[in-house]
Amino acid sequence: MAFDKMELRDIEVWDGNFAAAQAMRQCQIDVVAAYPITPSTPIVEGYAKFLADNYVEGEFVMVESEHAAMSGCIGAAAAGGRVATATSSQGFALMVETLYQASGMRLPIVLNVVNRALAAPLNVNGDHSDMYLGRDSGWIQLDAYCPQDAYDLNFIAFKVAEDHEVRLPCMVHQDGFMTSHTAQGVKTLTDDQGYNFVGDFKPMNDMLDFEHPVTHGVQTEEDWHFEHKARQHNDLMTKVLPKIQTAFDEFEKLSGRKYNIVEEYDMADADVAVVCMGTSVETAREVATEMRAKGIKAGVVGIRVIRPFPFEQIKDALKDVKAIGALDRSSPNGAPGMLFNEIAGALFNADTNALLSGYVYGLGGRDLTKAHLTDLFTELQANVDAGKVTTPLQQFIGVRGPKLSFL
Amino acid sequence: MANTGWNEFEIGAMLRSFDGGIDDIAGTLQEDRNYSQNNSFSASVADWRIEKPVFNKDYCIDCQFCWIYCPDISIISRDKKMVGVDMDHCKGCGICVEVCPTNPKSLLMFPEHADEETEIARWPEKETKEK
Ligand code: SF4
Ligand code: SF4
Repeated sequence: MAFDKMELRDIEVWDGNFAAAQAMRQCQIDVVAAYPITPSTPIVEGYAKFLADNYVEGEFVMVESEHAAMSGCIGAAAAGGRVATATSSQGFALMVETLYQASGMRLPIVLNVVNRALAAPLNVNGDHSDMYLGRDSGWIQLDAYCPQDAYDLNFIAFKVAEDHEVRLPCMVHQDGFMTSHTAQGVKTLTDDQGYNFVGDFKPMNDMLDFEHPVTHGVQTEEDWHFEHKARQHNDLMTKVLPKIQTAFDEFEKLSGRKYNIVEEYDMADADVAVVCMGTSVETAREVATEMRAKGIKAGVVGIRVIRPFPFEQIKDALKDVKAIGALDRSSPNGAPGMLFNEIAGALFNADTNALLSGYVYGLGGRDLTKAHLTDLFTELQANVDAGKVTTPLQQFIGVRGPKLSFL
Repeated sequence: MANTGWNEFEIGAMLRSFDGGIDDIAGTLQEDRNYSQNNSFSASVADWRIEKPVFNKDYCIDCQFCWIYCPDISIISRDKKMVGVDMDHCKGCGICVEVCPTNPKSLLMFPEHADEETEIARWPEKETKEK
């Protein structure tokens, strides 16, 4: 039974969720196993509607929890299908146990994560706690800043994940509500363009190949476990970023839209820079431009690929700045934030004396305003002028009550 | 295999059950299959047993219950006839004994060191139904 093609306008008004669902349709996913959770639910609802209306040939598996959703995806991917799903927050947390199975079994599943805070207290709004929770799970993690990115990065995700030298699952992150529920103009690909970019799914060692039976997810104990993990780590550290770069280049040829592993904005001659992710990047870019009008040479570094962490590219982007603010949108719970740590790790032996400060912001959907960022850039400039860090290493932006800072 | 390096494994925590391709696996007896070294068929779990199942064909009705229920495919059955137990792969769980419907049972658990012929010679009598 053939499926129908959908006629899209060159620019459609989509929110991030619908953009992701459209990309999943165009990639022709074989199986989606999903459990609804705010704010990512409309992604799989969109897929289900496309399936019901004969725009995709596939299976929608309704399950009783996110743990089962990812388990179903793992089974379907091991059986040899193109598989994707979506989740957020608590659902993501419930999936974590299975996320390690997916990456260890090297199954190229795509997971759209609409980022949302982790309870308690319960909160449906956005921050990056769930994104951070997944960072050691062996998945590739890409970050979308707007609905257009959410659409485009899904194609990139399938392309990279399914590459036979990579074979690792990939998450596409977008900010809960800010991206997922805010409609913007999204430039589209035609169904043929989108599908041909990712290509036919070529399974490797699929369980439905009865002539070559394999056991997936085997027990290895101390004999081989280390070697399997070492191989996975090696592939993440050495193979994935070049593949992502190639996919970005090919995608630019197809669509004219250029993505970078690290998104530099006004960094060529910047003295001060903030490093951040998600929707904050766009706000920071605006404020950086305003700072330049005030005589402060401000720049913004947006992280596009969170895992594998682009140490070289970060080092390169930050090599000439004098003060850096790392913005973490996750409750650090007893440590500096992840970005602070990773950037410190990237720069420690680099040829730079840049002053690094960490900022925690936006937990549970709290806004990061232009005023916050203006203060932040001003503070970084004060560090540059003083030649040393003038504030504590870790500060909280926009939290009520007395100023909160540590270290 | 013992000294295989991380770069020598196939990706994906995955093991091949057979060396090369297979066809008509159902029609090929286990001993004739080209099991790979990774296949659990190539590994014995006999040393897990404390008790072993002993088979007494005098009472067996070839119902195949034991064959269906054994979690380790350790019941050897040919042409729907129960033949015996594969002692390399039986882990001694006793499920086969539990499901055997005959009276007396055609499979019973005995200590690992028990002599099979002696035990079969003094196999339990048929139990009478309590009124
Ligand atoms: S004791 Fe358990 S493992 Fe052994 S043959 Fe009976 S059912 Fe199978
Ligand atoms: S369950 Fe008992 S009667 Fe049935 S085949 Fe096995 S040994 Fe024979």
